[in-house]
Amino acid sequence: MSNEEKKLSPKQRSRRNFLGQSLTAAGAAIAAPSLLNSCQNKTADSASNDLVEGETMIRLKINGEFQKLNVEPRVTLLDALREQLGLTGSKKGCDHGQCGACTVIIDGERVYSCLTLAVMQEDKEITTIEGLATEDNLHPVQMAFLDNDGFQCGYCTPGQICASVALLDEIKNGSVSYVTPDLTSPPELASLSETEIKERMSGNLCRCSAYNGIVAAVQQAAGQTPPSPAASIENQQVEEVS
Amino acid sequence: MKNFAYVRPNSVEDAVSRATSDRDALFIAGGTNLVDRLKVFLDEPSQLLDVSRLAMKQIATTNEGGLKIGALVTNTALANNIDVRNNYPLLSRAILAGASQQIRNMATVGGNLMQRTRCPYYYDTAFPCNKRQPDTGCPAATGINRIHAILGSSDRCVAVNPSDMSVAMVALDATLEVQGVEGKREIPFVDFHRLPGNTPERDTNLEPGELITAVILPPVSFAQSGVYLKLRDRASYAFALVSVATALEVSGEQIKNARIALGGVAHKPWRATEAEEFLIGKAANKSNFEQAAEIALKDAQALAHNGFKIELSKRAIRRALAVSAQGGGEA
Ligand SMILES: Cc1cc2nc3c(=O)[nH]c(=O)nc-3n(C[C@H](O)[C@H](O)[C@H](O)COP(=O)(O)OP(=O)(O)OC[C@H]3O[C@@H](n4cnc5c(N)ncnc54)[C@H](O)[C@@H]3O)c2cc1C
Ligand code: FES
Ligand code: FES
Repeated sequence: MSNEEKKLSPKQRSRRNFLGQSLTAAGAAIAAPSLLNSCQNKTADSASNDLVEGETMIRLKINGEFQKLNVEPRVTLLDALREQLGLTGSKKGCDHGQCGACTVIIDGERVYSCLTLAVMQEDKEITTIEGLATEDNLHPVQMAFLDNDGFQCGYCTPGQICASVALLDEIKNGSVSYVTPDLTSPPELASLSETEIKERMSGNLCRCSAYNGIVAAVQQAAGQTPPSPAASIENQQVEEVS
Repeated sequence: MKNFAYVRPNSVEDAVSRATSDRDALFIAGGTNLVDRLKVFLDEPSQLLDVSRLAMKQIATTNEGGLKIGALVTNTALANNIDVRNNYPLLSRAILAGASQQIRNMATVGGNLMQRTRCPYYYDTAFPCNKRQPDTGCPAATGINRIHAILGSSDRCVAVNPSDMSVAMVALDATLEVQGVEGKREIPFVDFHRLPGNTPERDTNLEPGELITAVILPPVSFAQSGVYLKLRDRASYAFALVSVATALEVSGEQIKNARIALGGVAHKPWRATEAEEFLIGKAANKSNFEQAAEIALKDAQALAHNGFKIELSKRAIRRALAVSAQGGGEA
């Protein structure tokens, strides 16, 4: 991120703003508003009264709002979010539970939206990446990803962020992992080791391999002082020279 | 994915009766295995019976001092349960070694035990497969078989069972409680999964229409020595090439009781009973652990690409037993 961008308020560097700016830069400004509008209209209520054969009408609670939609039972939650509700923040990387790009939070727990059917999620509280920021502020985990370069292309990032948000709650709830040395004493936020973070984030792959930044972002969000990945590379070089 | 009808049965009895009257119906719980299979047309059910909202989510202490675990308890909830962490640490570790946090949050006990093989030929409908379609052949036997079975396979099927939880359950002498239209019955865990023989299409001895309702763990006084060691192509979020569950009761210098189970090596979680018996009465030392490992693998047979699993299994058994002898923990 350039220094100028860093000076912007969180709201100014929101995703929507970014999308609009980059489309303008690419000379396709006209496409931006219509793209956004069509998504917003769909979000309001994507269910019409006439069901196509094989469809049922379901009601999902997403980011605090109820949405009605007509789906066939075979539609995954990920496809419902992206194709019917215009919530394209959740990404389809593999569609087989192998990458984490589609991670959302349901009833407080992170899950892969590609491995569950939309019909199965009625009455649950679904939070997607679109639901983390408030009107004025990014979520602290979103800020931490920005501050620590926790991404390159950004495709895996919504999943990484949702996973990290849930991870922090898991630590607060005393959950253990495969690498927890003593299963009867789970780590706390302050003592959460790099090994623990890597194991607990292993369900989210990053093709750009921004892993150092992702670990640092989780450390920051956990209240630890993260080593900036760039800084630690510089330190290594200094050590080698001296 | 083919479309299907979606039904939420309102009781265990309702679910079982629907599944018995329609043999093309399938239960769905966490969905993490089944949705994936549906996407690649491995299963084409007439209806999905969503059992995930039924009341089988309790973990309760039994009169004998063991645990009764409802079939819908999630993998995460079971691994984090305080009694499991204290008294059956190898079960916690086995579960936590599997998949990722996101999958474990959705996955249920029943679904985990019923998950099907990850053999790539089974997964790819462009290939014949005796498990998918009986009497069509087994391309894995002569194909790329690095991840396949070294124990108990048949000329019909060389697939392995992928579940980590099952390896712990078989080591702990668990029992399954299942319900059919005729009522409940119990199946010892060691008899639940099947060897492929001539019927590789059947993974388990569950009868059509039957639903797993609970898993019962007996008290195991020495289970705190439990170890689960999983070896795989990357450090996390990968299926086992080989995994080992062990527990030892050592009094003085002598082994009083031993449990050894292997994962990733056979069509079922593999209990190495003969090796366990060898250890009883012996000293807990390196040379006895080496001999136990040799006994556990004596009938192993390598395919073209998986010979390394035999040596890997032996070393894993030795290491796990050594850690169990020290009282357990991370291996
Ligand atoms: C990328 C990836 C990596 C994975 N890695 C591992 C790993 O390393 N180790 C591991 O052990 N697992 C691993 N898994 C598998 C995962 O653990 C299983 O998918 C999960 O445990 C299945 O549970 P579920 O509740 O989601 O089952 P579902 O998908 O709902 O069901 C699976 C099967 O069980 C049947 N079923 C469900 N409940 C019952 C019941 N009560 N009675 C009878 N039948 C029932 C269903 O009909 C279906 O056939 C991985 C999965 C993925 C996608
Ligand atoms: S898209 Fe769901 S895990 Fe990859
Ligand atoms: S930032 Fe590109 S895939 Fe992770």
